[in-house]
Amino acid sequence: MSSREDILGRVRAALHRNAGNAATAREVMAAALANRNPGPQPAVAGEPRALLERFRLKSEQASSTVDIVATEADVPAAIAKYLAAMKLPTSAVAWASLGALDWAGAGLKVEARGARDADLVGITGCFCAVAETGTLMMTSSPDTPAAVSLLPETHIAVVQASRIVAYMEDAWNLARAELGSLPRAVNFISGPSRTGDIEQTIVLGAHGPYRVHLVIVEG
Amino acid sequence: MEIKSMRFKANSEASLANVVLQGNLKNAKGKFVTKRAEAIKELDDFEGTRDAAAAIRNKVIDNLDLWLERFETKAQETGAQVMWAKDGAEVCRLVTEIARKHGVTKVTKSKSMLSEEAGLNQALEAAGIQPVETDLGEYILQVNDNEPPSHIIAPAVHKSLDDVADLFHKVHGTPRKTEIPALTREAREVLRGHFLTAEMGLSGGNFLVAETGSVALVTNEGNGRMVTTMPKVHVVITGIEKVIPTLEDLSTLMRLLPRSATGQSISNYFSILTGVKKPEEHDGPEHLYFVLVDAGRADVVGGEFHEMLRCIRCGACMNHCPVYQTIGGHAYGWVYPGPMGSVLTPLYAGIENAIDLPHAATLCNQCGVVCPVKIPLPELLRKLREKQTDAGLRPLTERIGLRVWAWVAQRPALYGLGASLGARYLKWLAGGNKSIRLLPAAQEWTNGRDFPAPQGQTFREMYAARRKSAAQGDAK
Repeated sequence: MSSREDILGRVRAALHRNAGNAATAREVMAAALANRNPGPQPAVAGEPRALLERFRLKSEQASSTVDIVATEADVPAAIAKYLAAMKLPTSAVAWASLGALDWAGAGLKVEARGARDADLVGITGCFCAVAETGTLMMTSSPDTPAAVSLLPETHIAVVQASRIVAYMEDAWNLARAELGSLPRAVNFISGPSRTGDIEQTIVLGAHGPYRVHLVIVEG
Repeated sequence: MEIKSMRFKANSEASLANVVLQGNLKNAKGKFVTKRAEAIKELDDFEGTRDAAAAIRNKVIDNLDLWLERFETKAQETGAQVMWAKDGAEVCRLVTEIARKHGVTKVTKSKSMLSEEAGLNQALEAAGIQPVETDLGEYILQVNDNEPPSHIIAPAVHKSLDDVADLFHKVHGTPRKTEIPALTREAREVLRGHFLTAEMGLSGGNFLVAETGSVALVTNEGNGRMVTTMPKVHVVITGIEKVIPTLEDLSTLMRLLPRSATGQSISNYFSILTGVKKPEEHDGPEHLYFVLVDAGRADVVGGEFHEMLRCIRCGACMNHCPVYQTIGGHAYGWVYPGPMGSVLTPLYAGIENAIDLPHAATLCNQCGVVCPVKIPLPELLRKLREKQTDAGLRPLTERIGLRVWAWVAQRPALYGLGASLGARYLKWLAGGNKSIRLLPAAQEWTNGRDFPAPQGQTFREMYAARRKSAAQGDAK
């Protein structure tokens, strides 16, 4: 007998499985899988300004820094200013979806490609953002590689204010509506990577970025 | 991993006598407790969320066979391969075979307690494949001669900054660093090279989502993302009980897991991984394997301990346990310490191999109160004690003692007489002092502390006296 059959066989025996109770159980399962009702959620005010404010506050609590600009065209200059203030390099790797912005005009050398170990700054967008916890939702694709938000020491994410939702459950509904099925990797990111493994002292920059900077586009 | 739980008493005595460990435990004590208390305040309906989480877990465990089949089908549809392992030995065999098939020489690992159960690192090494632990805590332990973890969330919580400074200086051959950020950076630099060169990444799984055939990983350091993004092969090792129905259910459980574990509203990274890299993608594994592991779990289904299968491995029970706080995790002698470990070890490793663990609790129910999925841990510990006694596994003197006590307790007059004689004997032992240094029949108890001497009358004497005076009052 295969291990699969052995394990499932013992589980079935323990649950007194038979054709009758299997049919009932399958109905219960179908209902559970179709159920889109969220569990209890903490209150999050739903109007756009409140969502933006909460997202900003929670992101800052997660040790991200936040900048707000009026339009997408303002993004390169805002990022250039941040990098200069932080004395960080002016070359970066970015998602292809952001490749069309006028990076050179802001004095930045930005390449749209997958990330490499030597990249020090990674610029991404996000699929959407969750106000409840100050969280970015990243969905992987050829144009939005996962490693750009992981390998570089600095991760800068461009967030459209209109894509800030209240809850993670709203993000799932957006993904179902816009992507159909889940991409290979959905990464929820809340601040720079960290560890507390030595004396429970939080240190930023464990294996991923040391800093996460968010540029929220209002327009 | 070798089971050393039968040495619990000796191990805990050694822990109590270890001045360095006691200092480290004292330093760690309470940090997680305070952070969790703050974090759960953010939830308007914490109790309702616990109820919902318990219901989600029950829903699957009550029909685990069908949910596993559903998960398997969905995962296969996404391009993943699903394998099944009856025990740790089969886990080691399957993972080694996968590694050989893909010509793997190095495996980067994010934290997997099941890999500890299976002793996977030793098996990989024996097969000539280098396992590299990448969670900072696990890495510290691996380079310290494969020391076992003492906590399921913070594996090196028993180590001090000084311990780690000495260790890194020794194994990395670098100047001794005394700042935690510098030590973390040093580990980052060593491990970055491994992330980029390993052909295979290995992770556990916090949850398996039946709706989508995905694995969900909760991490902070980013090592979980590294091992599931950079190598060409990703292997997930996880227990068969980890399935949950939908992404909505995942969100409910995520409101509880990081808060209960580290006191975070959400972990830094929360990754939901589904299937393999598309040809035109820049990163992600080309091969994804799920190894679904029984190792004792199937036999818990449908039985009197089935509630334990709800466990989401947050560690809140051990963080709040007065026994764990005092002796640390190693004394428990296997992979899982604290109250959840005292239930899981006898269930998975054999009740006869962990005789003392169900007794390593005061049944104060701190663990039950904080458990995010409402597992009645003290109740399960008590049931295990019962099973041990029924199976004749407890010492003869204890079994006879309990019988005598039960016989006497059912005879009130005799019990009253016994209690009053006992109290007088203890008073005599105390010889006028407030406490007793040495109890002849319970030396183990008094070795570590004094026993308070009875003061005044017994409860029954006081009760009788009160009734008498009340009756006199009525008569007046």
